[in-house]
Amino acid sequence: MKKLMMTAAVAALAIVATGFSASAAEKLKIGFIYLGPVGDLGWTYMHEVGRQAMVKELGDKIETTYLENVSEGPDSERSIEQLARTGHQLIFTTSFGYMDPTLKVAKKYPKIKFEHATGFKRAPNLGTYSGKFYEGRYIQGVIAGKMSKTGTLGYIASFPIPEVISGINATILGAQTTNPNIKLKVIWVNTWFDPGKEADAAKALADQGVDVIMQHTDSPAAMQVAAQRGIYAFGQDSDMIKFGPKTQLTAIVNNWGPYYIRAAKAALDGTWKAEDTWDGLKEKMVLMAPYTNMPDDVKALAQKTEAAIIAGTLHPFKCPVLGQDGKAVECKGGANLDAGQILGMNFYVKGVDDKFPGK
Amino acid sequence: MGLLEAIIISVIAASTPLLLAAAGELVVERSGVLNLGTEGMMIMGAACGFAGAYFTGSTLIGALCGIAAGAALSLVFAALTLGLAVNQVAAGLALTILGVGLSGLIGAGFVGERITPAPHLYLPVLTGIPVVGKILFGQDGFVYFSVALVVAIWWFLYRTRAGLILRAVGDSHTSAHALGYPVLKIRLLAVLFGGGCAGLGGAFLPLAYTPFFIPGMTAGRGWIALALVVFSSWLPGRLAAGAYLFGAVTILQLHAQAFGLGIPSQLMTALPYLATVIVLVLISRARGSAGSVAPASLGIVFVPDR
Amino acid sequence: MQLVLERRAERSTKIAILSPLLAIALTLVTMSILFAILGKNPAMALYVYFIEPLTDSFTLMEIAVKATPLVMIAIGLSLCYLANVWNIGAEGQFIMGAVCGSYLAVVTNGTDPGPWVLPAMLLMGALGGALWAMIPALCKVRYGANEILTSLMLVYVADLIMDYLVRGPWRDPQGMNFPTTASFDPVATVPTLFETGRIHWGALVALIVVALAAVMLGRTIKGFEIRVVGAAPRAAAFAGFNSKRLVLFTFAVSGALAGLAGIIEVAGPVGVLQPGISPGYGFTAIIVAFLGRLNPVGILIAGLFLALTFIGGEGAQISMKIPLDLTKVFQGILLFYVLACDSLILYRIRLIASPKKAIHGTA
Repeated sequence: MKKLMMTAAVAALAIVATGFSASAAEKLKIGFIYLGPVGDLGWTYMHEVGRQAMVKELGDKIETTYLENVSEGPDSERSIEQLARTGHQLIFTTSFGYMDPTLKVAKKYPKIKFEHATGFKRAPNLGTYSGKFYEGRYIQGVIAGKMSKTGTLGYIASFPIPEVISGINATILGAQTTNPNIKLKVIWVNTWFDPGKEADAAKALADQGVDVIMQHTDSPAAMQVAAQRGIYAFGQDSDMIKFGPKTQLTAIVNNWGPYYIRAAKAALDGTWKAEDTWDGLKEKMVLMAPYTNMPDDVKALAQKTEAAIIAGTLHPFKCPVLGQDGKAVECKGGANLDAGQILGMNFYVKGVDDKFPGK
Repeated sequence: MGLLEAIIISVIAASTPLLLAAAGELVVERSGVLNLGTEGMMIMGAACGFAGAYFTGSTLIGALCGIAAGAALSLVFAALTLGLAVNQVAAGLALTILGVGLSGLIGAGFVGERITPAPHLYLPVLTGIPVVGKILFGQDGFVYFSVALVVAIWWFLYRTRAGLILRAVGDSHTSAHALGYPVLKIRLLAVLFGGGCAGLGGAFLPLAYTPFFIPGMTAGRGWIALALVVFSSWLPGRLAAGAYLFGAVTILQLHAQAFGLGIPSQLMTALPYLATVIVLVLISRARGSAGSVAPASLGIVFVPDR
Repeated sequence: MQLVLERRAERSTKIAILSPLLAIALTLVTMSILFAILGKNPAMALYVYFIEPLTDSFTLMEIAVKATPLVMIAIGLSLCYLANVWNIGAEGQFIMGAVCGSYLAVVTNGTDPGPWVLPAMLLMGALGGALWAMIPALCKVRYGANEILTSLMLVYVADLIMDYLVRGPWRDPQGMNFPTTASFDPVATVPTLFETGRIHWGALVALIVVALAAVMLGRTIKGFEIRVVGAAPRAAAFAGFNSKRLVLFTFAVSGALAGLAGIIEVAGPVGVLQPGISPGYGFTAIIVAFLGRLNPVGILIAGLFLALTFIGGEGAQISMKIPLDLTKVFQGILLFYVLACDSLILYRIRLIASPKKAIHGTA
């Protein structure tokens, strides 16, 4: 009797289940793998904003799924494959650590299209995409050089990966154009995400005479500390003006939406190709939040710098780039450092007041 | 403001959530219950505390919501471990999973919102005293409360009859039961108290420290609080010392980095953990095999025989 | 009226079988309410969580992959807990095992050193985990420092050591300076069991560990010693058992198993050493150990069960768009019910009328 009931229950459940999975048929299913929770207000949050923009633009032509908090370890390959197995035709994996797992799954499912953020391994069905965030950092440096009275900038850094290093370097190179003697203090917090610790680092920097704070961590904690101390700060990932109406000078906004829409449209009309996309201010993958809390001349300078970068007349890593030892770095890209040197950056430029991590 | 003064103020702020949560857990463990769910109760306190303050605009109501949330979650733990004699370690860890999930659901609607942080005390003359003025008379309410809490717990444990009974229950529940003390009821109250404290410690983060809510913003502080209770050898005074030690090393390593000492940042980040281990070893060595040790009934389920 | 617990004279087999079923039924009821509020179909959710993952070879294998490290670590931890030794730093031992084992993979990368590499890696992994576990063990035995604190704090230290290595000395020269070692060579990789799927030889190692632990606990003097020291330390002292040596022994064994799990994970499913190799296995394994009642076979079942809820939860995110936080709530509630119903195996709940008995009552 009990067995019979069990069987009946399982059968009923199975019917319910098939009824559910049959509904969505012709839509293009698009999947996302997120590193953090969607509400982290930082990196993952901005990918989620991009996904929502895509849903808004393409409406019922697509159906999207995301898996959040997917660790970069043994789980990620399974999570990606789960999306591939459940009919997702286009899959975005949004953190560097998913590179090898994405490649493995892409090889296994050659008909499915994959896009991996910030990586460098590609396949016929695996493209990569990333933003030239250093362009925004350079503008921030230009502004900070003008705005700092103490001549000392503070940088809250997460982990020494090339993107963070190139951000630090671009900042100081920008700042040196407006204040040749500018100093930059760096604190590594060894986390992307711990608001309390980010605040502690911001306080330590402020206590040591820093009056403009930049960060490469996710939360608005540093912005709030700067607001309390009456000094300036830059937002990260998104416009954080709400957390520092009188504090934020500008912010680098990770604007993934247009790219996601482009990729989805290409997948829909059959023109998708695995490419290496590296977009910046010009393509609007990197946006600058409004320039606020600064005098008009600084604002004008910032706008001029932004326009020059967009026009291609100014490159943040224009040669010669001097290393910390004062010697010029080999210039592989002709007039400026090449993509490989920037994407794999592993040196500090002259003027950074910190020992290069791991050396 | 001098650098030393600034550092001390930062240290106190960084240590306060740890101290609040650990003080509660100390009482819980003194009653013989090991609740490993501190992280879950803290993050629930953070989410509900922020929600309360967001809707009412009052830090106090936010703090009360945080306390209530932590206590409510601890009630679930109490029902299982005291009511149904479930293993405390497993139930505590499950409580953390539940708390992290629930706080995420509750807090999802508040991501990106901000509130006014808790006000700091300001006394016209006293706060202006050089060096010590802001340290003694310029903190927020949570800081004063955390210090008062530790003193109150010390007084309760060693100067009141109720505290004596609580310790007796933690040291030998069978004897306490034989003497006619309501072991489970005392433990229930202790667990609720611990939950409230953890909730308050969590609420401190979005209410005073970084006035916004993000899921997971406690970032493992509950685990540190648990470790600090062990560090303290279940003594309130040493608990405060441990919390401030941990906070101090955390802040000092950031300052050392800003000075540009050129030491690998991973080593600097590991310093607070290493420091607590080393100090504990030194204390334990000095104490020898005597001295205060864990409550004898810690973590052991109790089912009264009738 | 008052509910009280009463110890059962003997364990009831019927209850032992019914208990998990009751837990699932209660979870379903709770979930129905929860999902009804959120507008999701609870029957569908139950299917997605518990049954769908069992209907297909891919997810079945993934359950085994996920359960492998959990079971191995939990077995080691169960020995500690049985002996009343509180090792909660298995996460750090896992990481240090992965680090030590990976050393060989890193230095031999690209040199085709021969088939000895993988066994040597596993050995070094186990040794690394055991040595890391020796720190809290020695601090306890020599200085009386409480192992809960020392083992937990060393988790963070282990994590930072690994971080330092993969960002500095061990970084893949071809890796664009990202924090990862080079991909391990095939000879330094734990082979998979079948052509498709990720299930690997580590799963069999886990089964062997379960069997060995069962034999040791059930049939050897050492197993007897562990139980006696844990249950009755004073009696154990009279019997001549050395509790200090047992602390070292249990820490070493559990550290070695966690370390072995770590290197198997890195050399198996992951294939490189990089930050984030453990999604909290060392902590989840503590739940597995107690869910399995510190019994080797119980741990095997508990590990598979917990793995099932992870895979099912992922399925629910995909097919029902259930947020991860809700899955965690669900997991927490499920664990509570399982633990509570488990309690019915040992105790029966009695309804007592007399208010005088309230003093003994449950809250």
